[in-house]
Amino acid sequence: MVYLLHPLTLVTFLPLLGALVILFLRAEQKNLARWIAMLTSLITFVISIAILVQFNPQNPGLQLAVNLPWIQVAEWNIHFHLAVDGLSILLVLLTTFLTPIAILSTWTAVEERVKDFMVFFLLLEVGMTGVFLAQDLFLFYVFWEFTLVPMYFLIGIWGGPQRMYAAVKFFLYTMAGSILMLLAILWLGIQQQSFSVPELIAKGGIPADLQIWLFLAFAAAFAIKVPMWPLHSWLPDAHVEAPTAGSVILAGVLLKMGTYGFLRFNLPLFPSAALQLAPYMAGLAVVGILYGAAVSYAQKDVKKLVAYSSVSHLGFVMLGLFALNPLGIQGGILQMVNHGLSTGALFLLVGMIYERRHTRDMNAFGGLWKVMPVYGALTLIVAMSSMGLPGLNGFVGEFTILLGAWGAGSTGGPLGSYWFAGLSALGVILAAVYILFMFQKMFLGPVDKEENRNLKDLNWREIATLLPIIVLIFWIGLYPKPFFNLMAPAVDQLVAILQAASVAGLP
Amino acid sequence: MLFEEISSSAPQFFSLAPLIVFFPIIGLLINTFFGGKILQSGPAGEKIVGWIASAAAGLAFVVSVLLAISLINYHDGMKVPLVEWIHIDALKLNWAFQVDTLSVTMMLVVSGVGTLIHIYAIGYMHEDVRHHGDPSRFRRFFVFMNLFIAAMMILVSSDNYLMLFVGWEGVGLCSFLLIGFWYDKGEGGIANAMAAKKAFVTNRIGDFGFLLAAFIMFTSFRSLDFDIVFGRVVEVNAIYPGAIFAITAFMLLGVAGKSAQIPLYVWLPDAMAGPTPVSALIHAATMVTAGVYLVARSSALYVAAPEAQALVALTGAATALFAATIAIAQFDIKKVLAYSTISQLGFMVAAVGMGAFAAGIFHLVTHAFFKALLFLSAGSVIQGLERGHHHLEHDPKLKKLVKQEHHFDPQDMRNMGGLRTKMKTTYIVYMVGTLALAGLFPFAGFWSKDEILAEAAHLNPTAYGLLTAAAFMTAFYMGRQIWMVFFGKPRSPAAEHAQESPPVMTIPLIILAILSALGGFMNLPFKGFHQFSHWLEQTSENFHAGEFVLSVALLSTALALLAIAVSWWLYMRRAAKLEALPAAKRPDDPLRQILGPLFTWMNNKWYIDELYWAAILNRYVDLARFLADYVDWRFWHDWVHDRLLVKGYNLLSRLLSVHIDLGGIDAFANGLASTTQRLAASLRRLQTGFVRNYALSIFLGVVIIIGYLVLR
Repeated sequence: MVYLLHPLTLVTFLPLLGALVILFLRAEQKNLARWIAMLTSLITFVISIAILVQFNPQNPGLQLAVNLPWIQVAEWNIHFHLAVDGLSILLVLLTTFLTPIAILSTWTAVEERVKDFMVFFLLLEVGMTGVFLAQDLFLFYVFWEFTLVPMYFLIGIWGGPQRMYAAVKFFLYTMAGSILMLLAILWLGIQQQSFSVPELIAKGGIPADLQIWLFLAFAAAFAIKVPMWPLHSWLPDAHVEAPTAGSVILAGVLLKMGTYGFLRFNLPLFPSAALQLAPYMAGLAVVGILYGAAVSYAQKDVKKLVAYSSVSHLGFVMLGLFALNPLGIQGGILQMVNHGLSTGALFLLVGMIYERRHTRDMNAFGGLWKVMPVYGALTLIVAMSSMGLPGLNGFVGEFTILLGAWGAGSTGGPLGSYWFAGLSALGVILAAVYILFMFQKMFLGPVDKEENRNLKDLNWREIATLLPIIVLIFWIGLYPKPFFNLMAPAVDQLVAILQAASVAGLP
Repeated sequence: MLFEEISSSAPQFFSLAPLIVFFPIIGLLINTFFGGKILQSGPAGEKIVGWIASAAAGLAFVVSVLLAISLINYHDGMKVPLVEWIHIDALKLNWAFQVDTLSVTMMLVVSGVGTLIHIYAIGYMHEDVRHHGDPSRFRRFFVFMNLFIAAMMILVSSDNYLMLFVGWEGVGLCSFLLIGFWYDKGEGGIANAMAAKKAFVTNRIGDFGFLLAAFIMFTSFRSLDFDIVFGRVVEVNAIYPGAIFAITAFMLLGVAGKSAQIPLYVWLPDAMAGPTPVSALIHAATMVTAGVYLVARSSALYVAAPEAQALVALTGAATALFAATIAIAQFDIKKVLAYSTISQLGFMVAAVGMGAFAAGIFHLVTHAFFKALLFLSAGSVIQGLERGHHHLEHDPKLKKLVKQEHHFDPQDMRNMGGLRTKMKTTYIVYMVGTLALAGLFPFAGFWSKDEILAEAAHLNPTAYGLLTAAAFMTAFYMGRQIWMVFFGKPRSPAAEHAQESPPVMTIPLIILAILSALGGFMNLPFKGFHQFSHWLEQTSENFHAGEFVLSVALLSTALALLAIAVSWWLYMRRAAKLEALPAAKRPDDPLRQILGPLFTWMNNKWYIDELYWAAILNRYVDLARFLADYVDWRFWHDWVHDRLLVKGYNLLSRLLSVHIDLGGIDAFANGLASTTQRLAASLRRLQTGFVRNYALSIFLGVVIIIGYLVLR
C-alpha cells in the first residue's frame, strides 16, 4: 500500500482518481466536473513540484524509484518500475504544468459532454506521465498505447468537422509505428530476460548489426510521434480538427513522447546504431526544419501554420539529440520544453480568437492589435519566443542545438559535416518569415473587416491561462541555468555511453 | 589584454554598470503598468509618461558618465559580472558588463543622444499621435523606446559574442516594433507593417551570418568571450588556417544586415515609416552603427584576416557611393537622409574594414550627433508643414487653398521651400547639420570624415576613390536638400503657413547642433591632440590615431564646395528659370532634365527591390506554395495516404475475404469488376467507422505475434 503513496505513483495515478470521481457526476454538473478536473490537475502539479524538490540534480541516475514485480510468467520478467532522472524530470513537469492550463482553456470552449471530456483529459495525463516515468519497456509500451485512446476520443468527439477522419488517421498512423516497437520490445525483453531499461543499458552487448534493426523498430514508433519528416501527414489533420486543449496537449506533450523515446531508448540502448545512423536522422531533421518552415509559410489556416511549424521545431530537437554531444542533447531537451510552452501558447491563442470569430483563416483578420491590445501583445511575445528571439526561451534551445550540431559536424564527429547545422541555421530566417507573416496578417494593418471591429480583448481567465507560460518563456530565456542543471549529469552519463560505444566501434 | 575581475579595490562606479540596462527597463515597466492610468489622469499625463521615459534614459546616461570618469583613472576598465547565463560543457557564457573605453563611448552616445531624442519626442509624439488619430499610443512609443535603449546597452556592454547577439536581436525587435508603430497606416494601410517585417527578415538574414560566425568561433576558439577569443588569435590561426577568415566573413553578413550595407541595405529606407524620433535614434544614430561597433570590437580578428578586411572595406566603400547616388534623386526629405545614413555607414564600415578603427568609431560618434540632428530637424520641418496644413484647413479664409482630392505629403520636398523665414531655429540647426555632414571645416563631420579619407588614401586606394566620390555626392544632395527646403519660394500653401516647433523640440536640436559643430575637436588630428583615439587605444592596441594629410583635406573640401555650388546653380538658378515654364512641361527636378532616364533609375533605387522580389522572394513564395499545396497536400496527404495506402489495404482485405468467402478462383475472375466498385464504396465508408476494423485487425495481429513469441 505504501507504494500507492509514493510520489511517482501519486503523480501518475492521481488524475485517474479524479477521473473516477467525475464519472460519478451527472452530465449536467458541468462546472463541478470542470472544477474537479482543474483541482486534480493542480494537485498533480503540486506533487510534481514536490518531486522536483526531492530530486537531486547532481545524481545522474534514476531516482525516487518504485519497482515492483508485475508480470512474471515464463521468460517474461516485467516490473512496475517508475523512476525519474534528469532526462525526464522536465517533461514530467511540462505535462503536469500544461494539463491544468489546457483544462482552464476549455472553460467556455467545451460545453458539450463536459464530464466525458474531463474524464478523457485526466486519463490522458495518466498516460503521458506514465510514459515519461516508466523504466520498464513493457510498462512503457502500455502507457504509450494508453495515451492513444483518450486522444482519439478527444479529437473524435470534440473536434472540428473532419474529426472522425483525423482521429482515425491519428490512431492508425501511431498504431502502425507502435507495432514495430512492440515487436522489438518483446524480442529484447525475452532475449535479454529483462524488460528493465536501466538493466538493459547496463548489460549492453547487443551486436552492432542487430542494434540497427532494433533501433529502426523503435524509431518507427517515435519518428511518427515526433513527427519526423516525411511521417508528419497525420499532424496537420489532428491539430486542425482537435479542440484547443487537445492541440495544446498534442503539441505540448504528446509529440515530446516521440523525441523522449529516442532519448530514453534509442540512444542508450543502441548506442552504436545511434552513432551509425546519426547522419541519416539528422538529415531527416534538417529536411523537416526547412520543409516545415516553408510549408508553414504557405498556409491560410493559422492553426495549420502552427501545426507545420511544429514539424520545423521538432526538427531542431531531433538535430540536437543526434548531435550526440552534451550541447546538442541538452539543447534538445530544453527545446522540447520550449516547444511545449511556445507552441502550446500559440494554440491557446489561436483557440481564443477562434472562440470569438469561428474562423482560423488569416485573411479574415487584420489589425487585431488595435482591437485587442492585450491579445496582440501576448501573441507578440509568444511569436517571438517561437521564432527564437534571444532573451526568450526558444533562442537558448535553438542556439545550443545548432552549436552542438556544428561541433558534431567536424571531421570525426557523429555527423561529419557542417552542412547539417549550416542548413538548419537557415531555419532561423524562415521561422522569421512565417511567424512575422502570421503576425502581420492577423495583427497589423488596418481593421478592415466589420466583424473584427468589436472583438472583446482577453478576459482574466484567458490571461491567467497564458501568464504562467509567458513567465516561463522569459525565465528560460533569461536564466536557463536551473533547467540545464537538472539535466546536465544525466546527459553527461548518456554521452559517456555513446562515447564508449564509439571507442568500441573503432576497428 | 585581460580584465581583472571586479575587486574591492576597484573604483565604486564600475559596479554601477548593470544600471545602464536596468534604468531603462524600470522606465518601461512603470510606463507599461501605470502609463495608461497616468495618461488618463489629465492633460499633464503625456508629459509625465514622456519624462519618466526620458529620465530612465537620462539616468543611464549619468551612469555612463560615471563609468567614463572611472575609466580616466582606471585605464584598463573592468568586467562586471552579473549572472551565469548558459554553462554547458565547454560553453560558458555569462551576462557580464564589459566596461572599457570602446563600450563606454558607445554607452555615452546611445544614452546621451537617446535622452535628447526622448525629450524631443515628448513634443513630437504629442502632435504625431493626434495627427494619426490615436493618442493612446503615446505610452506605447515610450515603452518601445526604453526597451530599445535597454537592448542597445546590452549590445554594447556585453563581454561575449552571444550576449552581444541578445542585444543585437533585441534592437532588431524594437526596430520592428517602431517601424511598424503606425502599423495600420501607410500605403493601403499595410505599408508600414510591411516595412517593419522587411526590416526584421532582412536583419535575420544577417543574423544567420552572425550565428555561423559564432559556431565557427566556438569550434575553433572553444569560447565566445572577447578576452579569450582575442587572446587566442595567433594560436588558432596556426591550428585552423582559414577559420578566422570564415568567422570574419560571415560576421560581415551580420554587419551588412544591421548596418545596412550592400546587399542587405534595402530595409533601411523603408524603415523611415517609423516616427521621426525613431529614425533619428535607431535608424541613424545608434542601432545601425552596431555593425561598425562589432567590427571595431573584433579588431583583433579582422587584423588577423587581411582578405576579410579588404572585403569589409570594399563593401563599405561601395555602399557609401551606391547609396549616395540614390540619395541624390529622392524627393522625400527623410528618404534622402536615409540613403545618406546608408552612405555614411559605408564610410564607417570602410574605415573599420581597412583597419582605421579609431577613425571609424570617431565618425560613428560625430555622425550620431549630426544625423540625429538632421532627422530631428526634418521631423520639425514635417510637423511645421503639418501645422501649416492644419492651419489652412481650419481657417475659413484659407480653406479654399487646400486641394481636397489631393493627399498632402508633408515629407515631399517639392511641397517645401522658403522655410528659413518661417522656421528660423530649425533652419539654423539644419544648416549646422548639413555643413557637418558635407564635411566642411570646422564642423564635426570634417574631422571625422577626413580622418577616414586620409587613412584610406594610404591603406586602400580603391576605397579612397569610391569614398571621395561619395563625399562629393554627399555635399551635393545635402545642398540640394537645403535649397529645396529652406530657400526659394514656398511651393505649397502649407509651406507658406509653416510654423516653428515648441521649445521641448528645439532645445534638444540646439544641443545637438552644438555637438555637431564642435564635436570634431575631441579628436583633432595634430600632434599632442588625438584625445579620442588615445582614449580608444586603451581598449585595444589596434586602435591608433590617424594622421592629418593636408592634400586630402584640401581636395575633399574643394570637392564639397564645388558640389554645393553645383547644387546651388541647379536648384536655385536653374529651378528659378524652370518656374517660368508651364506646369505640364516643367520637370519636377532640374537634375532630371540633365540626367534623363538615369535620374529615373536613381529615383527608383536602381530597381534593386524589384530585382530581389523577382529573383528571390517570389521564388521562395512559389516554392513554399508548391511544397504546401502539391507536395505535402495533394501528393503526400491526399494521394499517398488517402488513396494509395487506404486502397492498398482495402484491396488486400478484399482479396483475402473474397478468397475465403467464395473459396474459388472463378469467383475472383468474375468478381473483379464488382470488386473495383466495392472498393470505391468502401473508400467512401472510411469515415463511418469502417476503420475500427483496421484497429481490430491490427490488434489481432499483435495478439498472434505475441502468441507466437510466447509459445514458440
